[in-house]
Amino acid sequence: MKELICIVCPRGCRLTVNENNDYAVTGNSCKRGEVYGKAEVTAPVRVVTSTVRVLQDGRVPSRDRAVRCPVKTSDAIPKGLIFDAVKAIEAASVKPPVRIGDVIIPHICGTQADLVATKNII
Amino acid sequence: MYDLIIIGGGPAGLAAAVKAKECGLKKVMICERSTELGGILNQCIHNGFGLTYFKEELTGPEYASRFIDMLKETDVEVRTDTMVLDISPEKEVHMVSPAMGYRVEKAKAVILAMGCRERSRGALSIPGTRPAGVYTAGAAQKYVNIDGYLPGRRVVILGSGDIGLIMARRLTLEGCKVLACVELNEYSSGLNRNIVQCLNDYDIPLLLSHTVTNISGDRRVERVTVSEVDNKTKQPIPGTEQYFDCDTLLLSVGLIPENELSRDAGINLDPRTKGPYVYDNMETSLPGVFACGNVLHVHDLVDFVTQEAQRAAAAAAEYVKKGQPERGEVLDVKTAGGVTYTVPQQICPADLEGDTKVSFRVNRVFGKSRIVVSSGDRELFTQKKPFMMPGEMQNVMLPADILKAAEDSITVEARED
Repeated sequence: MKELICIVCPRGCRLTVNENNDYAVTGNSCKRGEVYGKAEVTAPVRVVTSTVRVLQDGRVPSRDRAVRCPVKTSDAIPKGLIFDAVKAIEAASVKPPVRIGDVIIPHICGTQADLVATKNII
Repeated sequence: MYDLIIIGGGPAGLAAAVKAKECGLKKVMICERSTELGGILNQCIHNGFGLTYFKEELTGPEYASRFIDMLKETDVEVRTDTMVLDISPEKEVHMVSPAMGYRVEKAKAVILAMGCRERSRGALSIPGTRPAGVYTAGAAQKYVNIDGYLPGRRVVILGSGDIGLIMARRLTLEGCKVLACVELNEYSSGLNRNIVQCLNDYDIPLLLSHTVTNISGDRRVERVTVSEVDNKTKQPIPGTEQYFDCDTLLLSVGLIPENELSRDAGINLDPRTKGPYVYDNMETSLPGVFACGNVLHVHDLVDFVTQEAQRAAAAAAEYVKKGQPERGEVLDVKTAGGVTYTVPQQICPADLEGDTKVSFRVNRVFGKSRIVVSSGDRELFTQKKPFMMPGEMQNVMLPADILKAAEDSITVEARED
């Protein structure tokens, strides 16, 4: 039996996952909690958020313009890949204009998730 | 003459502006002191916003952009780089900006949506030297996420509020070593999910019932001393000192509604929330001036800020169209049994239809418990709560008929089963 706190939403349900009974989840208030509980014990995943450099004509824009573009992985990726993803993000940059959802790194770290922009930058 | 001037272009101001247009107001202005709309959401690049309101998980900038896009469909006048200096009782709003200089604009109604600011080292009286390297967590968040700088390399975080927890993860991902998160109370004031995904995921120790008792360093922070505290007296226990060699101390020790404008306008403030006293329509003690979001009381979820702002804007629209409502009998909302405050603090039952949302916080961790609302010695309403903690704002929806049945005041009380 593993006890977890659900992180799907801010409610923070206290889950119990039974490894000996097909990872049955109890203590959850919704279906998403059950999915989280199972995944957390078998193959934990996280959405990674960070920022990438904004480059205008190959240079950092002047201070009155945005110099960082916030990004996220479009889906949760395996927890073990978080630091690899962060390395890939550090090497990336974007050129304005950027729209929310623009793909910056497709299939980041070989996953099904893309790294996408989370802010419109003109 | 404007129908409505909204002070602050963060989540509360944005939602209020969109709602005010939906309610049919014509001339609406938002004043925002920063260069862009969105407020603190712009630097909150992590996800977890919008689960209640949009039923999906968004980052802060994405949440803000939903409302900024809605606002673009309207004719709301947006004045960025604009600092409001004063609001007169006649609702003349004094403002200054590089583009337009000093202006005085008059409005039929005003919505206060200025948000809050962080408690800083000065509010804590931590002994020690005064070196560089002591930041509030939100300031560090801006340096990292907006400006692209790291505030330091080896970090201790005092306080386990959500911004501190989020910054523990953020700095770890950016290559810093976060040595510990230190919390005075025996529980964290942050959301449980943030303790899991920001501290536990990265093996960052959370030291409950501990505090920073000394900061040392000449030009830059070199070391902080952390001591255990007595849970009753909150005083450090001699002999329990631990030393952390670090170059940065982040403070995540609470937020204070930013009410200088409200105070100067003569609006009555509640010492418990540090925000204005409001009626159930979010109107302050100054007729035609409404408040919502973190300027009213500090929220943990932006979704609730949005809902509160919509409530304030709908009421402001009513006020503009129909003038000051007849209040009739006014019920004071009192607190008992671990409930520290309520918003609203006063309810006018006469015109109520549907449910009235009352938000509150508790002062300790509650297991299985009930919220009891009573008037005199009559219990009018109870609701079960499986779990409550000070870090999570609670809400009850009170039906109109029970409020109409109350006399003089109602009392909101938490009772542990």
